Amino acid sequence: MKVIDTGNHIAALAAKMARPEVIAAYPITPQTTVVERLAQYVERGELDAEFIRVESEHSAMAACIGASATGVRTFTATASHGLLLMHEMIHWAALARLPIVMINVNRAIGPGWNIWSDMNDSMAQRDTGWIQFYVSSNQEIFDTVIQAYRIAEHEDVMLPVMVSYDGFILSHTSMAVDVPEQEKVDSFLHEFNSMWKLDSSHPITHGNIIMPDDYMEVRYSMKKAMDNAMKIIEEVDEEYGKKFGRSYGLVEEYKTEDADYVIVATSAIASEARVAIDVLREKGKKAGLARLRVHRPMPFSRFNYDKMIVIDRAVSLGLGNGGIIYNELKSRGDVYGFVAGLGGKDVNYKDIVKMYEMAEKGKEGWYGVEVD
Amino acid sequence: MASIKNFPKEEYVLKGHAACPGCPITIALRTALKALGNDVTLIVPASCSAVVQSLVPKTSFNVPVLNIAFAASASAASGVAAALKRLGKKTIPVVWAGDGGSYDIGIQALSGALERREDFIYVCYNNQMYSNTGIQRSGATPYGAWTTTTWTGKKEMQKELAEIVMAHHIPYVATASIAYLDDLYEKMKKAKEMEGPRYIEIFSPCPPGWRFDMSKTVEIARLAVQTGSWVLYEAINGKIEFTSYSKMLLKGRERKPIEDWLRMQGRFRHLTEEDIKRIKEAIDEKWKYYMQIYNKD
Ligand SMILES: Cc1ncc(C[n+]2csc(CCOP(=O)(O)OP(=O)(O)O)c2C)c(N)n1
Ligand code: SF4
Repeated sequence: MKVIDTGNHIAALAAKMARPEVIAAYPITPQTTVVERLAQYVERGELDAEFIRVESEHSAMAACIGASATGVRTFTATASHGLLLMHEMIHWAALARLPIVMINVNRAIGPGWNIWSDMNDSMAQRDTGWIQFYVSSNQEIFDTVIQAYRIAEHEDVMLPVMVSYDGFILSHTSMAVDVPEQEKVDSFLHEFNSMWKLDSSHPITHGNIIMPDDYMEVRYSMKKAMDNAMKIIEEVDEEYGKKFGRSYGLVEEYKTEDADYVIVATSAIASEARVAIDVLREKGKKAGLARLRVHRPMPFSRFNYDKMIVIDRAVSLGLGNGGIIYNELKSRGDVYGFVAGLGGKDVNYKDIVKMYEMAEKGKEGWYGVEVD
Repeated sequence: MASIKNFPKEEYVLKGHAACPGCPITIALRTALKALGNDVTLIVPASCSAVVQSLVPKTSFNVPVLNIAFAASASAASGVAAALKRLGKKTIPVVWAGDGGSYDIGIQALSGALERREDFIYVCYNNQMYSNTGIQRSGATPYGAWTTTTWTGKKEMQKELAEIVMAHHIPYVATASIAYLDDLYEKMKKAKEMEGPRYIEIFSPCPPGWRFDMSKTVEIARLAVQTGSWVLYEAINGKIEFTSYSKMLLKGRERKPIEDWLRMQGRFRHLTEEDIKRIKEAIDEKWKYYMQIYNKD
């Protein structure tokens, strides 16, 4: 069935079709309509689930942790300050190995208050042990949410998954989406599966005091799970492709085979970059695009290009030019880095063409501020 | 009325726990679980109770336990309650938190969960300070008490969390003490049979934190009630009834002098005459109010 709707409504629809038993969420622009829609589904009886209207995002994640640990599928969604308020519980969910799935609608961090797209919220969670997706279309939001549950609940993974997309650019933009039959989704997702469970007939204590040697083991098991995730993400994506006709991979390549320079970007900027590649090709330049879809685990081995131009919409200040993905990929070739689009500053294909041409001349930096 | 002699023999707090000698937590939890039974899930935030369980991979609590971040117990319990409902299980989520986790950092989550009328029991064992981190003041620390963040004595009065909780109009609110275990047991039993949010606060003197000998925990807890400094009551759907020794005080029995209680604790050693006068006045005021409002019949 074709549906034309906003990214947020599609995210809510996907969450509904994954049949979570407990949803706990708190509203924040530009995520709000995800929560509103889910509340409506539950109140109308279209989704048989408990919806906990928590009083904060910290509590939203804590409630998901409590529910997931009791043995049911959970969902939440947030953005920006909400994600930051959750931070303590985001770590907790990963260390507890609970397969929670969360939508994060990328939005800048204040002050001043800025509700537009910026990846610093989710990039600041990159060390928490969550699997992190950055998606580029409403269709991909739908498909990735469904995939996320299979990945998170896979016995070799058991890590929570965050699916991020740009505030407004996707969250509030309507696009056509192919929505599969519920039965088809049901047959793709298995029964909820978890690593451990609170059950009074088999009492266990989770999370009491742990000594350094054991703690190190716990962390190492997470590391292995994250390594496994790389393979499982691809397997799940492939199986999804067979069943639903769409798959994406860890990195989505476009005209990279003969490219002189490969642009690396995520999310909406990557969509714009696709247009830029065509423009550059028309100009006779051998441009290519590698859209990073999965940031954790980072698919380093996929980046085997001689020359890369990395465009970051998030910064780690004090680390070179600040570009986060740039810094992570810097060692993999001749890499040029641009920081662009912070706080929703517009980045269209023309800007990306310009960045490409600057990189050709050896220029890089903060686009539209330092260099333009 | 239950009597200690008739408590169930089952033990859910096992030997080999890591509490200090004379610790009130194990007394309180042991009794609470005897009343509640083992079809519970304990939700425990950062606190001494996290330590008392002892080290991974072992545990001294023979019921399911979800340790959780300091501010998150009532919200985690909300998630546990929702999941149990989905699974059709009768297990009761029971938060087991200190006063720091309840009066201070966890109060937002607590208030939210109460207002949403989550189906759970919240127990605050009140040892009037942060003991886990080494005796710092909390919102429950009384006026004048020495802590490691109030070296010259706390300058403010404590707040009354049970009263704040009552403003949420929940089915059951009770205060209890580790010196009156029959009363505590009864209250836990009552709470167990109810639905919706239930709050029980247990007065819990801590030997290292309050600076008294480990053999004196129960004595100090008892004297707190006998002097009227701590009050035992319960409120079923908002209707307050004093219980146990506090009921006798309400009926006119004379309160023991507060000085006797203060003198037993090193944390009050430095109090001046004026400080003591202030503490006395506050207790007198409190009881004057109770007499007017609750001593009707
Ligand atoms: C967010 C956060 N801040 C601070 C701490 C440190 N901390 C751990 S336990 C604790 C005090 C606990 O006091 P209380 O709730 O009264 O329980 P008690 O230790 O007295 O049993 C503090 C401050 C923490 N774990 N998490
Ligand atoms: S410090 Fe106090 S509350 Fe903590 S374990 Fe020791 S006696 Fe118990």
